[in-house]
Amino acid sequence: MSEALHLEFEVAGNNFVSAGGASDEVKKTLKMLGVSTASIRKVAIAMYEGEINMVIHAGGGRAIVDIYRDRIVIVLQDNGPGIPDIDLALTEGYSTATDSIRDLGFGAGMGLPNMKKYTDEFKIESEVGKGTTVTMVVNFV
Amino acid sequence: MKINDLIKNLNADIINIADVDREIVGGYCGDFLSVVMGKAPESAGWFTIMNNQNVAAVATLTDVGVIILCDGVKPDPLLDKKVRDVDINCITTSLSVFDAVKKSGL
Ligand SMILES: Nc1ncnc2c1ncn2[C@@H]1O[C@H](COP(=O)(O)OP(=O)(O)OP(=O)(O)O)[C@@H](O)[C@H]1O
Ligand SMILES: [Mg+2]
Repeated sequence: MSEALHLEFEVAGNNFVSAGGASDEVKKTLKMLGVSTASIRKVAIAMYEGEINMVIHAGGGRAIVDIYRDRIVIVLQDNGPGIPDIDLALTEGYSTATDSIRDLGFGAGMGLPNMKKYTDEFKIESEVGKGTTVTMVVNFV
Repeated sequence: MKINDLIKNLNADIINIADVDREIVGGYCGDFLSVVMGKAPESAGWFTIMNNQNVAAVATLTDVGVIILCDGVKPDPLLDKKVRDVDINCITTSLSVFDAVKKSGL
């Protein structure tokens, strides 16, 4: 555990210029560490979806990333509105995105399903009015 | 397929070429970014009419081989800048997505 590489990122809300920046940094770091491209791809997809959800749905948040030799642990924390029904939110195609967000190409309701699909461990904790914490683990192959 | 052959087949205009020698393998069509994230294979040609900066983020993170903006769509100013800044392959064609796929030879 002590040999973890620890990274933290502020993710700005409603800012599409910086959106994806944290995921991109993590991707570059994993590449440098020699992690397999298959694992990097899974991490990049899952983390970008989570990052963009904080940008769009939560007014921003924080990404806390710990990289171990055999896995990565990503925690995405926000103080947004929270998710009232997590099972519903996880349903493919479910989205509360507005028309203007859809015009940007988001809102297919595939973000959370992708995050679940591309990670080995996936947990959402959310309280309405308080915020959401998503924890994801990808084991390197 | 090499990107130059793709450009010829589509009579495409170049927005940015980062890597002429990159081998483009297969393709994916889509405009919803999270669908593309989940399904586009690495090194694919990504056929889309979506032209904002998030397209560059998705292309970078999924490592698609080239963004192919179809139907005469041009990148908006932020995407135009971003594909150059992050240096990824991006071309445009006046062909529809359907015709572009047919003619691409991918
Ligand atoms: N961090 C969050 N805070 C509050 N609500 C969220 C958060 N993440 C997701 N949600 C809710 O869950 C829904 C489903 O999320 P999901 O990522 O699957 O789809 P989307 O973001 O709407 O569209 P897509 O990801 O396909 O662009 C969202 O529309 C939103 O209502
Ligand atoms: Mg989403």
